[in-house]
Amino acid sequence: MSTEYFAPKVAELTVGQDIGSRSIDVTRTDLVKYAGASGDFNPIHWNEAFATGVGLPGVIAHGMFTMGSAVQLVSDWAGDPAAVVDFQTRFTKPVPVADTTGTADAGAVIEVSGAIGALDADAGTARVDLTVVSAGQKVLMKAQAVVRLA
Amino acid sequence: MTINPDLQGRSYPAHEVYDVGREKIREFARAVKATHPAHFEVEAATALGHRDLVAPPTFAIIVAQRADAQLIEDPASGIDFSRVVHADQRFIHHRPIVAGDRLVAELHVDGVRAMGGGAMITTRAEIFALAAETASAGAGDAATGAREAVATTTSSILVRGEGQ
Repeated sequence: MSTEYFAPKVAELTVGQDIGSRSIDVTRTDLVKYAGASGDFNPIHWNEAFATGVGLPGVIAHGMFTMGSAVQLVSDWAGDPAAVVDFQTRFTKPVPVADTTGTADAGAVIEVSGAIGALDADAGTARVDLTVVSAGQKVLMKAQAVVRLA
Repeated sequence: MTINPDLQGRSYPAHEVYDVGREKIREFARAVKATHPAHFEVEAATALGHRDLVAPPTFAIIVAQRADAQLIEDPASGIDFSRVVHADQRFIHHRPIVAGDRLVAELHVDGVRAMGGGAMITTRAEIFALAAETASAGAGDAATGAREAVATTTSSILVRGEGQ
Protein backbone atom coordinates (compact mmCIF):
# COMPACT_ATOMS: atom_id res chain seq x y z
CA MET A 1 0.00 0.00 0.00
CA SER A 2 1.39 3.40 -0.88
CA THR A 3 0.46 6.55 0.94
CA GLU A 4 0.11 9.91 -0.76
CA TYR A 5 1.43 12.79 1.32
CA PHE A 6 0.06 16.24 0.84
CA ALA A 7 2.69 18.56 2.27
CA PRO A 8 1.51 22.13 2.82
CA LYS A 9 3.70 24.96 1.53
CA VAL A 10 4.43 28.14 3.51
CA ALA A 11 3.68 30.38 0.52
CA GLU A 12 0.19 28.91 0.20
CA LEU A 13 -0.79 29.42 3.86
CA THR A 14 -2.33 32.42 5.56
CA VAL A 15 -2.31 33.43 9.22
CA GLY A 16 -5.57 32.44 10.87
CA GLN A 17 -6.19 29.54 8.49
CA ASP A 18 -7.63 26.40 10.12
CA ILE A 19 -5.65 23.20 9.81
CA GLY A 20 -8.46 21.03 11.15
CA SER A 21 -9.69 19.52 14.36
CA ARG A 22 -10.14 16.17 16.05
CA SER A 23 -11.68 14.63 19.10
CA ILE A 24 -9.63 12.25 21.29
CA ASP A 25 -11.41 9.76 23.55
CA VAL A 26 -9.45 8.97 26.73
CA THR A 27 -9.92 6.02 29.07
CA ARG A 28 -8.12 4.84 32.21
CA THR A 29 -6.59 2.12 30.02
CA ASP A 30 -5.07 4.84 27.83
CA LEU A 31 -3.43 6.39 30.91
CA VAL A 32 -1.96 3.03 31.95
CA LYS A 33 -0.60 2.58 28.42
CA TYR A 34 0.90 6.06 28.45
CA ALA A 35 2.45 5.43 31.88
CA GLY A 36 4.12 2.29 30.56
CA ALA A 37 5.24 3.83 27.28
CA SER A 38 6.66 6.98 28.89
CA GLY A 39 7.94 5.64 32.20
CA ASP A 40 5.86 8.16 34.18
CA PHE A 41 4.26 6.04 36.89
CA ASN A 42 3.02 8.84 39.14
CA PRO A 43 -0.03 7.21 40.86
CA ILE A 44 -2.19 10.33 40.35
CA HIS A 45 -2.60 8.99 36.80
CA TRP A 46 -3.93 5.53 37.73
CA ASN A 47 -4.89 5.31 41.42
CA GLU A 48 -8.15 7.02 42.48
CA ALA A 49 -7.48 6.91 46.21
CA PHE A 50 -4.00 8.38 45.79
CA ALA A 51 -5.28 11.12 43.46
CA THR A 52 -8.10 12.22 45.77
CA GLY A 53 -5.70 11.94 48.74
CA VAL A 54 -3.52 14.69 47.25
CA GLY A 55 -6.51 16.93 46.62
CA LEU A 56 -7.29 16.12 42.98
CA PRO A 57 -10.86 15.49 41.79
CA GLY A 58 -9.80 11.96 40.79
CA VAL A 59 -7.38 10.29 38.40
CA ILE A 60 -6.10 12.83 35.86
CA ALA A 61 -4.40 12.41 32.50
CA HIS A 62 -0.65 12.98 32.27
CA GLY A 63 -0.09 16.50 30.95
CA MET A 64 2.32 14.86 28.54
CA PHE A 65 -0.43 12.52 27.32
CA THR A 66 -2.56 15.55 26.44
CA MET A 67 0.37 17.37 24.85
CA GLY A 68 1.54 14.28 22.95
CA SER A 69 -1.86 13.34 21.59
CA ALA A 70 -2.80 16.94 20.70
CA VAL A 71 0.20 17.33 18.39
CA GLN A 72 -0.92 14.41 16.20
CA LEU A 73 -3.19 16.82 14.35
CA VAL A 74 -0.06 18.76 13.37
CA SER A 75 2.03 15.68 12.45
CA ASP A 76 -0.69 14.44 10.12
CA TRP A 77 -1.31 17.86 8.59
CA ALA A 78 2.43 18.40 7.97
CA GLY A 79 2.76 14.98 6.32
CA ASP A 80 5.92 14.15 8.31
CA PRO A 81 6.10 14.03 12.14
CA ALA A 82 9.74 15.17 11.91
CA ALA A 83 8.54 18.49 10.46
CA VAL A 84 7.57 19.54 14.02
CA VAL A 85 10.81 21.26 15.04
CA ASP A 86 9.55 23.12 18.13
CA PHE A 87 6.56 22.33 20.33
CA GLN A 88 5.64 23.91 23.62
CA THR A 89 2.73 24.33 26.00
CA ARG A 90 1.69 25.35 29.46
CA PHE A 91 -0.49 22.97 31.45
CA THR A 92 -3.30 25.03 32.93
CA LYS A 93 -6.09 22.65 33.95
CA PRO A 94 -6.03 18.95 34.80
CA VAL A 95 -8.02 16.51 32.63
CA PRO A 96 -9.94 14.21 35.02
CA VAL A 97 -10.61 10.81 33.44
CA ALA A 98 -13.66 8.96 34.78
CA ASP A 99 -13.45 5.22 35.39
CA THR A 100 -15.46 3.66 32.55
CA THR A 101 -13.77 0.26 32.78
CA GLY A 102 -15.93 -2.47 31.27
CA THR A 103 -17.96 -0.09 29.12
CA ALA A 104 -17.40 1.37 25.66
CA ASP A 105 -17.58 4.93 27.03
CA ALA A 106 -14.74 7.44 27.12
CA GLY A 107 -13.66 8.68 30.56
CA ALA A 108 -12.83 12.08 29.07
CA VAL A 109 -12.79 13.69 25.64
CA ILE A 110 -10.07 16.08 24.48
CA GLU A 111 -11.03 18.40 21.62
CA VAL A 112 -8.10 19.69 19.56
CA SER A 113 -8.19 22.33 16.83
CA GLY A 114 -5.35 24.13 15.09
CA ALA A 115 -4.86 27.36 13.19
CA ILE A 116 -1.87 29.05 11.60
CA GLY A 117 -0.54 31.53 14.17
CA ALA A 118 2.49 32.86 12.28
CA LEU A 119 4.47 32.30 9.08
CA ASP A 120 8.19 32.77 8.47
CA ALA A 121 8.89 32.53 4.75
CA ASP A 122 12.66 32.96 5.19
CA ALA A 123 12.92 30.11 7.69
CA GLY A 124 10.31 28.06 5.80
CA THR A 125 8.28 27.54 8.95
CA ALA A 126 4.68 27.89 10.05
CA ARG A 127 3.55 28.16 13.66
CA VAL A 128 0.41 26.21 14.43
CA ASP A 129 -1.52 27.36 17.49
CA LEU A 130 -3.53 24.58 19.09
CA THR A 131 -6.70 25.03 21.09
CA VAL A 132 -7.11 22.07 23.45
CA VAL A 133 -10.32 21.77 25.44
CA SER A 134 -11.80 19.12 27.74
CA ALA A 135 -15.14 19.36 29.53
CA GLY A 136 -15.51 22.94 28.28
CA GLN A 137 -12.20 24.16 29.73
CA LYS A 138 -8.94 25.04 27.99
CA VAL A 139 -6.49 22.51 29.41
CA LEU A 140 -3.40 23.72 27.51
CA MET A 141 -2.33 27.31 26.99
CA LYS A 142 0.19 28.65 24.49
CA ALA A 143 0.24 25.25 22.78
CA GLN A 144 2.37 26.13 19.76
CA ALA A 145 4.05 23.88 17.22
CA VAL A 146 6.56 25.25 14.74
CA VAL A 147 6.55 23.18 11.56
CA ARG A 148 9.24 23.23 8.88
CA LEU A 149 7.62 23.09 5.45
CA ALA A 150 8.74 23.38 1.85
CA MET B 1 11.38 20.28 53.80
CA THR B 2 11.97 23.34 51.64
CA ILE B 3 13.50 23.51 48.19
CA ASN B 4 17.22 24.09 48.21
CA PRO B 5 17.81 27.49 46.49
CA ASP B 6 21.38 26.45 45.66
CA LEU B 7 19.97 24.09 43.02
CA GLN B 8 19.96 26.94 40.51
CA GLY B 9 22.85 26.56 38.09
CA ARG B 10 23.46 22.95 39.02
CA SER B 11 24.16 20.47 36.18
CA TYR B 12 24.04 16.70 36.00
CA PRO B 13 26.28 15.20 33.29
CA ALA B 14 25.16 12.54 30.83
CA HIS B 15 25.33 9.29 32.77
CA GLU B 16 23.42 6.60 30.90
CA VAL B 17 22.67 5.79 27.29
CA TYR B 18 19.09 5.48 26.04
CA ASP B 19 18.82 3.16 23.03
CA VAL B 20 15.92 4.15 20.78
CA GLY B 21 14.25 0.95 19.56
CA ARG B 22 11.64 0.48 16.84
CA GLU B 23 9.18 -1.23 19.17
CA LYS B 24 9.52 1.59 21.72
CA ILE B 25 8.74 4.16 19.03
CA ARG B 26 5.68 2.11 17.99
CA GLU B 27 4.58 1.68 21.63
CA PHE B 28 4.96 5.38 22.43
CA ALA B 29 3.21 6.35 19.18
CA ARG B 30 0.23 4.11 20.02
CA ALA B 31 0.17 5.53 23.56
CA VAL B 32 -0.28 9.10 22.23
CA LYS B 33 -2.74 7.86 19.59
CA ALA B 34 -0.40 8.67 16.72
CA THR B 35 -1.25 6.98 13.44
CA HIS B 36 1.30 8.44 11.02
CA PRO B 37 2.94 5.51 9.18
CA ALA B 38 6.47 6.96 9.67
CA HIS B 39 6.21 5.78 13.31
CA PHE B 40 5.26 2.22 12.36
CA GLU B 41 6.58 1.23 8.91
CA VAL B 42 10.26 1.55 8.03
CA GLU B 43 9.38 1.97 4.34
CA ALA B 44 7.15 4.94 5.14
CA ALA B 45 9.93 6.58 7.18
CA THR B 46 12.63 6.03 4.55
CA ALA B 47 10.27 7.34 1.84
CA LEU B 48 10.33 10.65 3.75
CA GLY B 49 14.13 10.60 3.82
CA HIS B 50 14.63 9.26 7.36
CA ARG B 51 17.12 6.56 8.27
CA ASP B 52 14.58 4.53 10.27
CA LEU B 53 11.28 4.89 12.16
CA VAL B 54 10.72 8.47 13.33
CA ALA B 55 9.85 9.16 16.98
CA PRO B 56 6.74 11.26 17.73
CA PRO B 57 7.38 14.97 18.59
CA THR B 58 7.16 14.40 22.37
CA PHE B 59 9.14 11.12 22.52
CA ALA B 60 12.16 12.94 24.00
CA ILE B 61 10.19 13.29 27.25
CA ILE B 62 11.31 9.74 28.10
CA VAL B 63 14.95 10.79 28.06
CA ALA B 64 14.26 14.20 29.61
CA GLN B 65 12.31 12.76 32.55
CA ARG B 66 15.05 10.20 33.21
CA ALA B 67 17.46 13.13 33.42
CA ASP B 68 15.03 15.06 35.66
CA ALA B 69 14.87 12.05 37.98
CA GLN B 70 18.50 12.68 38.94
CA LEU B 71 17.46 16.05 40.38
CA ILE B 72 14.15 14.92 41.90
CA GLU B 73 15.79 11.90 43.55
CA ASP B 74 18.81 13.90 44.74
CA PRO B 75 18.34 14.04 48.55
CA ALA B 76 19.95 17.51 48.50
CA SER B 77 17.17 18.93 46.30
CA GLY B 78 14.37 18.74 48.89
CA ILE B 79 11.79 17.87 46.20
CA ASP B 80 8.84 15.68 47.24
CA PHE B 81 7.77 13.97 43.98
CA SER B 82 4.21 13.46 45.23
CA ARG B 83 3.84 17.25 45.38
CA VAL B 84 5.13 17.91 41.87
CA VAL B 85 2.86 19.40 39.19
CA HIS B 86 4.04 19.76 35.58
CA ALA B 87 3.64 23.44 34.66
CA ASP B 88 5.11 23.78 31.19
CA GLN B 89 7.10 21.86 28.60
CA ARG B 90 8.97 22.62 25.38
CA PHE B 91 10.77 20.49 22.81
CA ILE B 92 13.20 22.00 20.32
CA HIS B 93 14.34 19.42 17.79
CA HIS B 94 17.72 20.00 16.15
CA ARG B 95 17.17 16.86 14.09
CA PRO B 96 14.58 14.05 14.25
CA ILE B 97 15.01 11.17 16.71
CA VAL B 98 15.02 7.89 14.80
CA ALA B 99 15.26 4.21 15.75
CA GLY B 100 18.85 3.18 16.29
CA ASP B 101 19.86 6.46 17.96
CA ARG B 102 21.88 6.14 21.16
CA LEU B 103 20.89 9.18 23.24
CA VAL B 104 22.38 10.83 26.30
CA ALA B 105 21.11 13.85 28.22
CA GLU B 106 22.79 16.57 30.24
CA LEU B 107 20.51 18.22 32.77
CA HIS B 108 20.77 21.89 33.73
CA VAL B 109 18.78 23.57 36.49
CA ASP B 110 18.04 26.96 34.92
CA GLY B 111 15.69 28.43 37.51
CA VAL B 112 14.48 28.03 41.07
CA ARG B 113 11.82 30.49 42.20
CA ALA B 114 9.98 30.41 45.52
CA MET B 115 6.18 30.42 45.13
CA GLY B 116 4.14 30.52 48.28
CA GLY B 117 5.45 27.67 50.41
CA GLY B 118 6.66 25.83 47.30
CA ALA B 119 8.86 26.49 44.32
CA MET B 120 8.88 26.59 40.53
CA ILE B 121 11.89 24.74 39.14
CA THR B 122 12.91 25.03 35.48
CA THR B 123 15.19 22.40 34.00
CA ARG B 124 16.74 22.00 30.56
CA ALA B 125 17.89 18.70 29.10
CA GLU B 126 20.40 18.86 26.25
CA ILE B 127 19.97 15.60 24.38
CA PHE B 128 22.70 14.26 22.11
CA ALA B 129 23.07 11.22 19.88
CA LEU B 130 26.37 9.43 20.25
CA ALA B 131 28.36 9.14 17.05
CA ALA B 132 28.85 5.55 15.87
CA GLU B 133 32.43 5.28 17.16
CA THR B 134 31.42 6.69 20.57
CA ALA B 135 28.33 4.49 20.75
CA SER B 136 30.40 1.34 20.22
CA ALA B 137 32.99 2.47 22.78
CA GLY B 138 30.41 2.20 25.59
CA ALA B 139 28.62 4.39 28.09
CA GLY B 140 31.88 5.43 29.71
CA ASP B 141 32.39 7.90 26.88
CA ALA B 142 28.80 9.22 26.98
CA ALA B 143 29.86 12.55 28.46
CA THR B 144 33.01 13.11 26.44
CA GLY B 145 32.85 11.23 23.11
CA ALA B 146 31.81 12.51 19.68
CA ARG B 147 28.12 13.36 19.64
CA GLU B 148 25.48 15.32 17.74
CA ALA B 149 22.90 17.71 19.23
CA VAL B 150 19.42 16.19 18.79
CA ALA B 151 17.00 18.06 21.04
CA THR B 152 16.74 20.65 23.79
CA THR B 153 13.84 20.16 26.18
CA THR B 154 12.79 22.58 28.89
CA SER B 155 10.38 21.82 31.66
CA SER B 156 8.99 23.70 34.63
CA ILE B 157 7.64 21.85 37.62
CA LEU B 158 5.74 23.37 40.49
CA VAL B 159 6.54 21.76 43.81
CA ARG B 160 3.54 22.56 45.99
CA GLY B 161 4.26 23.65 49.53
CA GLU B 162 2.43 22.32 52.58
CA GLY B 163 -1.26 23.19 52.43
CA GLN B 164 -1.13 24.11 48.71
